[in-house]
Amino acid sequence: MTNTAIKVENMRKRYRIGAREAIWGSLHDAVRQWLRASWRRRSEEHIWALDDVSFEIKQGEVVGIIGRNGSGKSTLFKILARITEPTSGRAELHGRVGSLLEVGTGFHPELTGRENIYLNGAILGMKKWEIDHRFDEIVAFSEIEKFLDTPVKHYSSGMYVRLAFAVAAHLEPEILLVDEVLAVGDVAFQKKCLGKMDEVAAQGRTVLFVSHNMQAIEHLCRSALVLRDGQLVYQGAVEDAIALYLKSRIGDERAGYADLRAHPGRLAGMQRLLTGIGLRDPAVPGGYRNVVSTGEDLEFEITFDCGDQVLDYAALGISALSGERVITVGTHLCPTFAATFTGQGSLRCTIPHVHLAGGTYNVFIAIGNRYMKQNLDYVVDAMQLHVHYDGYYGLDGALMPGEGHMAQRSGWQVADDPPSREK
Amino acid sequence: MALDTRQRTQESSRQHDGDAPVLPVTVIEPMRGWQALRLHELREYKALLFYLALRDLKVRYKQAALGLLWVVLQPVLTMALFTIVFGHLARLPSDGLPHPIFYLAALLPWQLFAGTFTRVSNCLVSSANLITKVYFPRVLVPVSTTALGIVDFAVAFMVLLALLAAYRVTPHWGMLLLPAFVLLALGAALGLGLWVAVWNVRYRDMQHIVPFLVQLGMFASPVVYPVSLVPEGIWRTLYTLNPMVGVIQGFRWAISGQNPPDLLAVAISAVIVLVLFTGGIYYFRRAEQTFADVV
Repeated sequence: MTNTAIKVENMRKRYRIGAREAIWGSLHDAVRQWLRASWRRRSEEHIWALDDVSFEIKQGEVVGIIGRNGSGKSTLFKILARITEPTSGRAELHGRVGSLLEVGTGFHPELTGRENIYLNGAILGMKKWEIDHRFDEIVAFSEIEKFLDTPVKHYSSGMYVRLAFAVAAHLEPEILLVDEVLAVGDVAFQKKCLGKMDEVAAQGRTVLFVSHNMQAIEHLCRSALVLRDGQLVYQGAVEDAIALYLKSRIGDERAGYADLRAHPGRLAGMQRLLTGIGLRDPAVPGGYRNVVSTGEDLEFEITFDCGDQVLDYAALGISALSGERVITVGTHLCPTFAATFTGQGSLRCTIPHVHLAGGTYNVFIAIGNRYMKQNLDYVVDAMQLHVHYDGYYGLDGALMPGEGHMAQRSGWQVADDPPSREK
Repeated sequence: MALDTRQRTQESSRQHDGDAPVLPVTVIEPMRGWQALRLHELREYKALLFYLALRDLKVRYKQAALGLLWVVLQPVLTMALFTIVFGHLARLPSDGLPHPIFYLAALLPWQLFAGTFTRVSNCLVSSANLITKVYFPRVLVPVSTTALGIVDFAVAFMVLLALLAAYRVTPHWGMLLLPAFVLLALGAALGLGLWVAVWNVRYRDMQHIVPFLVQLGMFASPVVYPVSLVPEGIWRTLYTLNPMVGVIQGFRWAISGQNPPDLLAVAISAVIVLVLFTGGIYYFRRAEQTFADVV
């Protein structure tokens, strides 16, 4: 089946700049504005959140939508989900549309799990018989059997999210719009969600998926749209779309630097010794970057302020988004390092030829004292690193999800002489 | 003009596809005129209307220890207060009805109107999280909030029946017309509320204005005094344009058979309510496209 599922033509959406103030303001402001506008003819400023976007998606495709904040992703989604109306243009959706803009929309804390399943199902557009029909599956998926008749205000946040996703996941529309649902929940739950979405896609449904998680996009989608400043700049293979998006992010001046003085990733009980971490950009003197190519040298700059404490240890790790550690380097693993450091200063850590597979990684950093055998400061997810192949293999090759986090060139040939087994 | 694009597309796709399964087609484009009403959608979302109403009812009575008792206590205590203050102290006439019955018969429709109007006015703001996250016909929100008022009314009505029995008032055939007056009160509350709800999304001033309006409305309606106290002539005519005048007068007449309301006045009220209501629905549905952007 190659019928069209979604067809968008010349979609535009205009917002008025400063509209927020007028909304939260009062009648008084409105009257004043109206008076002013009547003698100075409308000089309001507008912004095109979506500017002439057209595309077509076939049935059964799983398409990612990539773009920075403010690129129009959410606006496009809100229009397709019919939450807001376009200023001009047209869209056609073939089939029932289900949207998951936020799990748990419309959950009421006073109502029990059972009551919320029905309410939430109805909000998502399910008929009563559909909810009845799927009820047991929803309960099983959410693993909350025992608490079915407990008001959800007594649920743990994990249970709440599981139940909410379960209802949404069992909605069976032909077109599913998913926006950042994976941002919630723990890793195990995120995997379960991804699995469910794989299943949905395998059933030949059309899925439109917005996320900042490039790995999830790469894993789920075969093609993607890239939006920039309200315009569609690319539609095609997911790898190219991600590469284009990551390259466009190089322009973010501070993207490769993270201030660690008040970082949410600092582990409990740690002193505030680390002040910053950055990945040096060899192309720009004094600049930072967070996009690297496979096989490149990495140079991290770590700044600290440890007062009169004398430290002699630092370690840096790179983890995949799944949480799995891929690389750990440290002063204790470097035979030429035999120094101590104190006061304010910085450390330089170089990792030659980093063989990371394409994707997004988290960087953690720790410093401490070897004699005391403890970390004095430890910040996880200090910064993110985006790796793309950039022709590492000498061709358009890339690893598939599940083929590991390490990229390694290799040589292959058909051997001329068959190996002799006798030896 | 009133032609629905959605239906048109559905039919054409049916012709093209032959025997392939026909998928419903949704067309998204800026809406114009009466097309924005999309009344056929309301049928598809019946279940949601039911669950929204059920949610309001359950949440309201779940945590309150006295539960349904509040529904009875509120009008009864107000009735007692009015009987003492307006009946015995101010000695306002009650058209020959026992004071408690005179006041309760007015309080029931008035509270139905005032409660529904207040809730409808606030409904969009209080369900902003729903409106910005998921699509459904927004008009379900105000419509579902009327359920609460109806249930409250039904419970309080039992009290009125008990009171009638206690005062040995024989039921009058006019009681059969009560549903019509209830409908008129609900129509007025929704009709006005829909307008205010839309303004409330834009100007939160409405939240301060509504309680004041309700208070004003109570004195502009014959809740604590009989209509006969209003001077006849132009003032009386203007007064009866308030739909709640006809409703309350009708209520008192329906249970006692005394002082029937002016039929012409009731007819005019009904027309006003109808215009308010139809206009309100139309205005609401036209405006609902932008709720998510501004709420």
